[in-house]
Order: sequence, then C-alpha cells, then structure tokens
Amino acid sequence: MNNSRRIFLRAALASSTVAIAVSAGLLTPRTVLAAWPKKAFEAKDENTALTELLGGTDLTPSGDVVVKTPDIAENGAVVSITVEQKVPGAESISVLVTENPTKLAANFNLSKQASSFIICRVKMRKTSDVIAVVKAGGKLYSGTGRVKVTLGGCGG
Amino acid sequence: MAKAMKVRAFVKDGGVTVVKAILYHPMETGLRKDKGTGEVIPAHFITEVKVEHNGTQVLTCDWGTAVSKNPFLSFDISGTKAGDMVKITWVDNLGESETAEAAIS
Repeated sequence: MNNSRRIFLRAALASSTVAIAVSAGLLTPRTVLAAWPKKAFEAKDENTALTELLGGTDLTPSGDVVVKTPDIAENGAVVSITVEQKVPGAESISVLVTENPTKLAANFNLSKQASSFIICRVKMRKTSDVIAVVKAGGKLYSGTGRVKVTLGGCGG
Repeated sequence: MAKAMKVRAFVKDGGVTVVKAILYHPMETGLRKDKGTGEVIPAHFITEVKVEHNGTQVLTCDWGTAVSKNPFLSFDISGTKAGDMVKITWVDNLGESETAEAAIS
C-alpha cells in the first residue's frame, strides 16, 4: 500500500472515530429535555393547542408582544417570524399559524436571561394570521401579524 | 452526512448577546410524497432545542413540523460578555441529536 493511501485511510479512520464520538457522545436524547408537547402540536384548532400547551385560551392582546412578519411571502415554505416581547416575568413564547392544518408551530421556554426576541422561520400553507402568545404570571398575552402567502409551504 | 450546525454569537450592548444559528435539518412533515415512488416521506423533524450559556440552560424550544427546513433561529441572552460560551443542542423525533458551541465575540 503506498504512502498516500495510508495517510488517507488513517485520516478517514480518525475523522470517523471523532464523528462517532461526537454523535454518540454522552448525550442521550431522552435525558436531554422534558417531554415534547405532542397533543399541542397535533391540535387542529387554536383552542385545543392553547389549552394543551398553556392551560387556557383567554388571550389578552398586548402592545408588549410584537409580531413582525413580511406582508407578503412568496414562498410559504420559509416565512420569517420575529416576536419581540417585554412582558414582565415572561415564561414562554408560543407561535401559532391560524390557517395551518395544525396550529402550533413552535414554543419557546424562556428564562430570566432569554429572550426578549425570537426569530424563527415557519411553513405557512396559505395567507394567515400569526399569533404569538406570551405566558406570564398565569395570564396569556398576545400579539398578531398577518402574512399573505402567494405559494403555499408544504411542498406537496 | 448533513452539514454541521452554525452558531454565531456577538455582544450588542449592555451585556446582551445576540445569537444566530442555522440548524441544518430536513424538517420533513410526514405529509409529502416521494415524486418517484409515490410513497410518503416519513416525518423527520427537530422536536427540541436547548440553549446553554456557560453551562446554564437559558432557553429551550419545542418545535413541530411547521418549522421550516434548515431552521434559522435567533434570540438574545442577557447577562453575558465576550468570551462566554453559547451551546446549542437539538434532538429530533428519530432520536438524532447534534450539539454546537460558539464563543461570544
């Protein structure tokens, strides 16, 4: 075996070993995080999603929750949503897309350090409201954006 | 082999860091059909993301299939300074996982 093949194979073996170590790690997926809110993500109407995730549906619209969206999204597969919030004691930010088949798109569990804003990108099937709900002190505060979608986002 | 997650973190002002990350992932909804075989492409999407600052968990995300492919994520963390470490870990519905770290610049 000539030298360049030896070097290639040794490098390949080393990198694959590293890759295995990195991907296996000591990180067991089940121990990393709390249970995923399955029922909330499968909910086909907003009230069910809100009840399953946040325990209530009583939303108080608030100027402290600002949703920024493009007015028009040509590609419904990637719509950038920004939520800025300054609700005292905010515990979570939940993003719902009212015209999607399942309403809950994402939920963010906050801490004292994070975050006053979240930017994420969601799929939107068609023109829809985007509602951000901030849970704080037993109440639900909301802000809304509206996106006109010219090409729906599920790719099928 | 999927591309590795990219994480950038930089201090804005007042000890607040802005983090921008791209988590490369197909985020398959489980509703699409393979155009060749006609078979449904199984759901494969990130379900949870965890963010740590210097080893302390500061943010977790619960995601569903409506999050876009190759998800972009940005947020801020207060009480930070340059040189601190931000670590992002994601887990998907098939039990796959990835972690990436960045120093705040």
